[in-house]
Amino acid sequence: MKVNLLINGQKKTFLIEAGDYLLDTLRKQNYLSVKKGCDNSSCGVCTVLFDGKPIKACSLLTAKTEGHEVTTVEGIQDEADKLSDYFGQEGADQCGFCTPGMALAVHALKVENSNPTDEEIKEYLTGNLCRCTGYQSQHIAIRNYLEDK
Amino acid sequence: MKINSYHSVKSIEEAYKLLNDNKQNAIVAGGAWMRLSSKEIETAIDLSEIGLDQIVETEDAFEIGSMTTLRQVEKHEGLKKHYDGALSNALSHIMGVPIRNVATIGGSIIGKYSFSDVLTPLVIMDVELEFYKKGRLSLEDFLVSKDRSKDVLVKVIIKKEEARGYFKKMQKTGLDFAVVNVAVSKQADTIKIAVGARPSLVKFAVEAMAFVNGAKEITEEVILETAEIAGKELKFGTNSKASESYRRNIAMAYIKRGLREVTV
Ligand SMILES: Cc1cc2nc3c(=O)[nH]c(=O)nc-3n(C[C@H](O)[C@H](O)[C@H](O)COP(=O)(O)OP(=O)(O)OC[C@H]3O[C@@H](n4cnc5c(N)ncnc54)[C@H](O)[C@@H]3O)c2cc1C
Repeated sequence: MKVNLLINGQKKTFLIEAGDYLLDTLRKQNYLSVKKGCDNSSCGVCTVLFDGKPIKACSLLTAKTEGHEVTTVEGIQDEADKLSDYFGQEGADQCGFCTPGMALAVHALKVENSNPTDEEIKEYLTGNLCRCTGYQSQHIAIRNYLEDK
Repeated sequence: MKINSYHSVKSIEEAYKLLNDNKQNAIVAGGAWMRLSSKEIETAIDLSEIGLDQIVETEDAFEIGSMTTLRQVEKHEGLKKHYDGALSNALSHIMGVPIRNVATIGGSIIGKYSFSDVLTPLVIMDVELEFYKKGRLSLEDFLVSKDRSKDVLVKVIIKKEEARGYFKKMQKTGLDFAVVNVAVSKQADTIKIAVGARPSLVKFAVEAMAFVNGAKEITEEVILETAEIAGKELKFGTNSKASESYRRNIAMAYIKRGLREVTV
C-alpha cells in the first residue's frame, strides 16, 4: 500500500506493507537518526514527533501516518545543535545513541511546558533511556537549555 | 503481529461490518500493545478518521471517544479534578509520554489487561461503555462478561459526581508494569476498594467494602480491619515481579492509605 505524509516539512510517498511500523519505514528510507534499540516501545531511541507530539516510532503503524506530519531530529536541527552544546558542556553525551530521541523529547517538553520543574523534566523523559550517563549530567544540561530563553 | 491488509473506515457501521466479515479482522486502535502479540490479522481496521478521539464534557458526564489517547485523558482539566484526579494520576505513571500519546482508552479497556493501571481507577467510578451494537453496559459488567461477540467500543462515559478518590501503584522502574495497584473511592457514603495487577485482573475487595460501608464511623481501627479483610479475601499471585505475600502486604498498606485519604 501507499502512504503519503510530510517528513520534516517535505511531502513523501512510501510503498509499505500493511503491518510495517514507522521505525522500519524510516530506517529503510535512510532516516538513520531514528535508532533501532529495544523495538518494543521501551528505550525511546526511536522517538520522533507525530503531528508535533513525541511517540516511539516502533509503536506506530506506518499506515497511521497517512496525511500526517512526522519530524525527526533533522527537522529541529537548530534547536538540536543548541541542546547538544549544553550536553557537551555537561559531558552528557557519550555514545550518542539516545541523543536524537532525547532531543525530540526535550523539544516537545519545551513546547508543552516551557518552565518545567525538575520532577516534570524527569517524568517527561521517563521513556528515553541512556545507558552511558546515569542521567544526572543530561538532566542538568536539559535544565540549563530550558532556562536559556 | 502480522497484518495482511489495512483499512481506514469512514463510519462506525463500516467498522462493525468489516470486523464481523472475517474472524481474523481486528480493530487497531493505538496498535501499541497489539504490536507485541504474535497474532495474524487479515484486515486491520483503523478508526482514526471518524472523530472518536475527543473528550466531550456534558453537564453530568465525561464522554471519552474510544480512540482518545491516554495522554489526552491524563491532561483533561475536568478529569484532573474528578475523584481527586485518580485517573489522571494513574495514567501519568504508565510508561512514558510517547507511549501515552499512542495508546488509547478503548484499547486499554477492551484488552482487559491484568496489569492494567487504567481499569483500576476507572472501576471505582461510575463508568459505562457504549458499544455500537450492544449499546451501553457498565464497566463492571463488561469486566466479568464472557461475551466474545465482536463489537466496536464507541465511547467511555464517566459520570460526574462529587467523590473522593485515591490511586497508587507500586512499580520497580518508571517503565515497568505495576507490582500491584490500588484504587479507593468514597462517593456519598459508599466506599469502593479495587486492587489490580494482583497479578490477575482488577477486583473489588467485596467483603472489605461491606465491612467498611457497614461501619457507623470510619475510625483508624475500622481502616486497619478493612485492610486485613481485603488482604484475606483477595487472591494474589507470585511471578517474576513479586511474591504473593509481598503483593498482599503492599496492597493492604495502600488500602489503609487510600481509606485515610478519602475519609478525611
Ligand atoms: C511497552 C508497553 C508497556 C505498557 N505498560 C503498561 C502499564 O504499565 N500499565 C498499563 O496500564 N498499561 C500499559 N500498557 C498498555 C497501554 O496502556 C494500552 O492499554 C495498550 O497499548 C492498548 O492500547 P492500544 O490503543 O495500543 O490498543 P491496541 O493494541 O490497538 O488494541 C488492543 C485491543 O483492543 C481492541 N480494540 C481497540 N480499540 C477497540 C475499539 N474501539 N473497539 C473494539 N475493540 C478495540 C483491539 O482489537 C485489540 O484487541 C503498555 C503498553 C506497551 C506497548
